[in-house]
Amino acid sequence: MFYIHCPYCNERRSEEEFHAKGQAHLMRPANPEEASDREWGDYLFFRDNPRGLHQEMWVHAAGCRKFFNILRNTVSYEILETYPMGEQSSVLAEMTAGRERGEPRRAAGAVA
Amino acid sequence: MERYSVFGLIKHALSYHENWQKTWRSPTPKKEYDVVIIGGGGHGLATAYYLASRYGVTNVAVIEKGWLGGGNTARNTTIVRSNYLWDESAALYEHSMKLWEGLSQDLNYNVMFSQRGVLNLGHTLGDMRDIQRRVNANRLNGIDGEVLDAQQVKEIVPIMDCSSNTRYPVLGASWQPRAGVARHDAVAWGYARGADRLGVDLIQQTEVTGLNIKKGKIVGVHTSKGDIGAKKVGCVVAGNSGVVAGMAGFKLPIESHPLQALVSEPLKPILDTVVMSNHVHGYISQTDKGDLVIGAGIDAYNGYGQRGSYPTVEHTLQAIVELFPIFSRVRMNRQWGGIVDTTPDACPILSATPVEGLFFNCGWGTGGFKATPGSGDVFAWTLANGRAHPLAEPFSIDRFYTGSLIDEHGAAGVAH
Repeated sequence: MFYIHCPYCNERRSEEEFHAKGQAHLMRPANPEEASDREWGDYLFFRDNPRGLHQEMWVHAAGCRKFFNILRNTVSYEILETYPMGEQSSVLAEMTAGRERGEPRRAAGAVA
Repeated sequence: MERYSVFGLIKHALSYHENWQKTWRSPTPKKEYDVVIIGGGGHGLATAYYLASRYGVTNVAVIEKGWLGGGNTARNTTIVRSNYLWDESAALYEHSMKLWEGLSQDLNYNVMFSQRGVLNLGHTLGDMRDIQRRVNANRLNGIDGEVLDAQQVKEIVPIMDCSSNTRYPVLGASWQPRAGVARHDAVAWGYARGADRLGVDLIQQTEVTGLNIKKGKIVGVHTSKGDIGAKKVGCVVAGNSGVVAGMAGFKLPIESHPLQALVSEPLKPILDTVVMSNHVHGYISQTDKGDLVIGAGIDAYNGYGQRGSYPTVEHTLQAIVELFPIFSRVRMNRQWGGIVDTTPDACPILSATPVEGLFFNCGWGTGGFKATPGSGDVFAWTLANGRAHPLAEPFSIDRFYTGSLIDEHGAAGVAH
């Protein structure tokens, strides 16, 4: 059972109000007419399926009905961050920056 | 290996059942095998068994990170049926059904396959049209099936509320009499015993940590107990398929979801068939022990945690109680989740991969148990011959690029 913070309502609500909508930050081929079968197949059907951190889209179906993004661990089910559409995960950016500085991985974000 | 028989039972009774042979060996891995199968669940063990028994490949190892049949094989709701809509999947599942029908004799192990029939309920006119279409398609493919109206459903399951007073009244059902249930653990153990008897090494408590690929060709696997060489590798790891594909450097059109099920306390016999409903989202049967086995749809988010959310359980039980008011005070004993590998078209992937000699059998999603024998046989043929079995050809990964998907959401739906 999740409690999810909706970045638009700015409230922490129970999972029943939300629906999971799959991987976030998918880019539709910029030139659909010129996209090959392979590019279309990849865009339509092939998804990241990580055992660990995953960026997903959810919708606040029984609330504001807006879509937003979640950074979640698919093993521990911990939700690290929710952020509005059009933005990038600040937690993920900070972890990448931390790794570049040579800091050890944050325990919560570690891939199990 | 001693055969199981009534005479053996009597013989061992005289020595108080203390001298039974171990069901399978615990061998130390050899340096190299002709075929290494990753994943010792039902499908992996069936593959090993048929490789050795039908296709003459006995230098085979099954590598399992936990114990045999400890994943989804032990977590499903044991329903077996073959009433799928499209020719490709109907052929595959019916192949499986025919193997089920002789499996206990074939394995000399009682898998408790009970052909008690499966009802797929319809609650709307749309449902009923789909059911008619699917039953017609089944019969054209030589699969048994009947369309029943609410009265006939009521005769088969008198305790079900088939009146017009419910929120989603039962209008009818499709009925496959040859369908039923089997004992899931026995299937894994029976195949393991059969494979072991034919010389297959079952290596438990050993995790595959990487694949040894040289010049685009598989030459072995890295495991937690050292490297093992292999001419061919078959990957049958269900929910973890994406992880192994990642080791090989390619992606699969698969997302792993939690799928939950639950069992009640044991009751006296009350439900002698399997009832499933896509529309109100639930399915139920009663085991020989008396427990009601209940399941439903997946949790919509990706997860490897072998657990899901409470609202999914609640939703399932609402549907069951709506259909069976008599069960409203039954207490639930246990609840659990498995990791199912779902594909966009609800059909499996039985396929060669970009890596030569590496084959994948995955994507069975929510309905893999029923296919265990057929999947094992077809995949064993594929591994033995190095190319897809005719029944497996439509299930290649390429279908997601060519567009020839096999959309079984209707027949797979919630119904497993």
